[in-house]
Amino acid sequence: MGWHKKILRVNLTNGSCQAEPLNMEWAAEYLGQRGLATKYLLEEIDPKIDPLSPDNKLIFATGPLTGTAASTSARYSVITKGPLTGAIACSNSGGYFGAELKFAGWDMIIFEGKAAAPVYLYVNDDEVELLPAADLWGKSVWETDEILHKRHQDPLLRVSAIGVSGEQGVLYACIVNDLHRAAGRSGVGTVMGSKNLKAIAVRGGKGVRVKDPARFMKAVGEKKQILAENAVTGQGLPTYGTQVLMNVINEVGALPTHNARDVQFNGASDISGEAMHQPRGKENKPNLVTNQACFGCTIACGRISRIDKGHYTVTNRPGYWGASGGLEYEAAWALGAATGVNDLDALTFANFICNEQGYDPITFGSTLGAAMELYEMGVITDADTGGVALKFGSAEALTKMAEQVGKGEEFGKILGLGSKRMCEKYGHPELSMTVKGQEFPAYDPRGIQGMGLTYATSNRGACHLRSYTVASEILGIPEKTDPLATEGKAGLVKAFQDATAAVDSTGLCLFTTFAWSLDDFQPQVDAACDGDWSLERLSEVGERIWNMERQFNLAAGFTGKDDTLPKRLRKDAAKTGPALGKVNGLKEMLPEYYQLRGWDEGGVPTAETLQRLGL
Amino acid sequence: MMRSLSISPDKCTGCLQCEMACSYENEGVFNPSRSRIKVFSFEREGRHVPYTCTQCSDAWCRNACPTEAIGINAATGAKEVNEGLCVGCKVCTIACPFGTINYNHATGKVIKCDLCGGDPACAKACPTQAIVYVDADWTGYDRMRNWAERTDNQSTAQA
Ligand code: SF4
Ligand code: SF4
Repeated sequence: MGWHKKILRVNLTNGSCQAEPLNMEWAAEYLGQRGLATKYLLEEIDPKIDPLSPDNKLIFATGPLTGTAASTSARYSVITKGPLTGAIACSNSGGYFGAELKFAGWDMIIFEGKAAAPVYLYVNDDEVELLPAADLWGKSVWETDEILHKRHQDPLLRVSAIGVSGEQGVLYACIVNDLHRAAGRSGVGTVMGSKNLKAIAVRGGKGVRVKDPARFMKAVGEKKQILAENAVTGQGLPTYGTQVLMNVINEVGALPTHNARDVQFNGASDISGEAMHQPRGKENKPNLVTNQACFGCTIACGRISRIDKGHYTVTNRPGYWGASGGLEYEAAWALGAATGVNDLDALTFANFICNEQGYDPITFGSTLGAAMELYEMGVITDADTGGVALKFGSAEALTKMAEQVGKGEEFGKILGLGSKRMCEKYGHPELSMTVKGQEFPAYDPRGIQGMGLTYATSNRGACHLRSYTVASEILGIPEKTDPLATEGKAGLVKAFQDATAAVDSTGLCLFTTFAWSLDDFQPQVDAACDGDWSLERLSEVGERIWNMERQFNLAAGFTGKDDTLPKRLRKDAAKTGPALGKVNGLKEMLPEYYQLRGWDEGGVPTAETLQRLGL
Repeated sequence: MMRSLSISPDKCTGCLQCEMACSYENEGVFNPSRSRIKVFSFEREGRHVPYTCTQCSDAWCRNACPTEAIGINAATGAKEVNEGLCVGCKVCTIACPFGTINYNHATGKVIKCDLCGGDPACAKACPTQAIVYVDADWTGYDRMRNWAERTDNQSTAQA
């Protein structure tokens, strides 16, 4: 159990909604969520297809522990071929939607084809319907959420939707559920928009059962205790959210600033987790209203924030006066340090817009940082931007551009391409801070060497959530390694990648891994799911998933040459801080990594590796 | 000692562990739609408020019930539904001013909080102590103590 063993297949072209049994042979090899949905995608589409064509599929997948009493059981993932990268896309979200989908009796929804006109999917247990969404098209995520609650007269409905940016083809649109929780990266929302699918509204009354309830509850209780007693998951995250990192990462000289020209930002403390607690502005109240949990989560890292009513962004705009999802670390970095803006309320406003119109703040902030550098060079001019001076540090430029990207109009159209396409268009591809077309996030690989290998080899393009070696290199979890050294990082990255792939397939949140290792997941998975789930088996599932994703990308046309970093990180040394004079030593780490992976020199898994993993 | 549930909304994070614990305890399944406790989110204010039956001394539901299906557990003081007597007429759901007794279409009976026979699962599951099960006569103790702590006895001493 754990799984319902049932998936919903929705063909948007002909409007059919069919239940079918979950492939339990695959579930035994790929567990659920990230792993299992990627297996379905790889089996069902040609990785070479155009991601925005009807041939692409879009999978909403829960894990076997989603919707159970295990802490952080909120998670679901969206798996598809990503339009920003052309690689496998797999974006994970919390909130309440994923658990609700599970309560309705579904492990997964597979969308295929393309609707002739806008539709949304309504799911109430076994009652499943595609309904017209012409009136929702052009509406924001927030408006869509409100309209659907009213239309179905059901306050308990959980909604996942795209905003206007996803309709308009902004290449990094997200899918946002519960108003401010997002399957954020690689443009999964753009794929949803390309299918004319506006939203999914779910209500579940069936619940979730596990294999051995008594053993499960015992394991769950013990593991919750570990989270409560850990300094990061028990104190740091609830108090400051992931924003606990802003000052820490700036101090170690690994905060990519001004489009990664610098590794430290002198405005970091102004936009930090600590600053969110300080009274400020006309109202003299803190930015942070409260912390908030996702479904089942005993950590509660989420930020609920308010913009000061005296701030220029919300003058005469009461729609933005209420509390909503506040800054987490990656967003604060992208909207702030990457662009040089230190105005906390401006960042919060831009973050609200990202949620309201559904797009990824990481890619947006990084792309805006690149545009600001091009503007400084005189390559992008006022004629391009409609007169908005794209100067580093300009809060007005940030918030204006956030609104333009949200609507996919004016210069927002160009920014909506992401930095790779934008920089190529202006003849400066070297200024794009991307790997495989996706912007890297808030850790500079010159100051944290392992993150260079992490970004270069991440299957969904640059990303911190594929192997968060920051835990070891900076925080000392599970043990401290030297952030400036390259030795040993190949093994570290591989270990983190494999464990993370397994965790992302359970239905639980990766943030538990500040306190838990795979052996803390194991007894929970084993008590919930059919079959025997040993630690060895879980680790192997992780390694299998990693190699399968690699196979998808190789079949899509990527090669080992794409496992690289922007030249700036490899050639331009850090100018300040502990990493002064350092570049990233990717070439010292990559060959060893390939070797440890059992891949050949070109980064292709050997026949022996594939056989060992049953691929 | 007679105990009662004491709820502090300001501590609640909206995790719904309490709803899951309630449905698991009562129905053996993780299913918030079958929970006797509900957590309400007031999004624009960033507030979460857990709400359930307060076990009135002179209970409206009990007074309204035509079949005397709602009894009192002498040990806990909980008003408990006797499923054998309940005919599902729903009169109690109309009588209760707080809405905390509800019809369950799956069984054709009403469901409400019964304090789990004296060991409420929601309070055990709550990670923030937004729900605690304490001395029924002293539910205000912690709040009193917090205010007491703020009392400035330094200046009184000097005066
Ligand atoms: S259900 Fe309502 S009336 Fe009955 S005991 Fe509870 S609060 Fe009182
Ligand atoms: S378990 Fe506690 S913190 Fe979580 S929703 Fe219930 S009352 Fe709130």
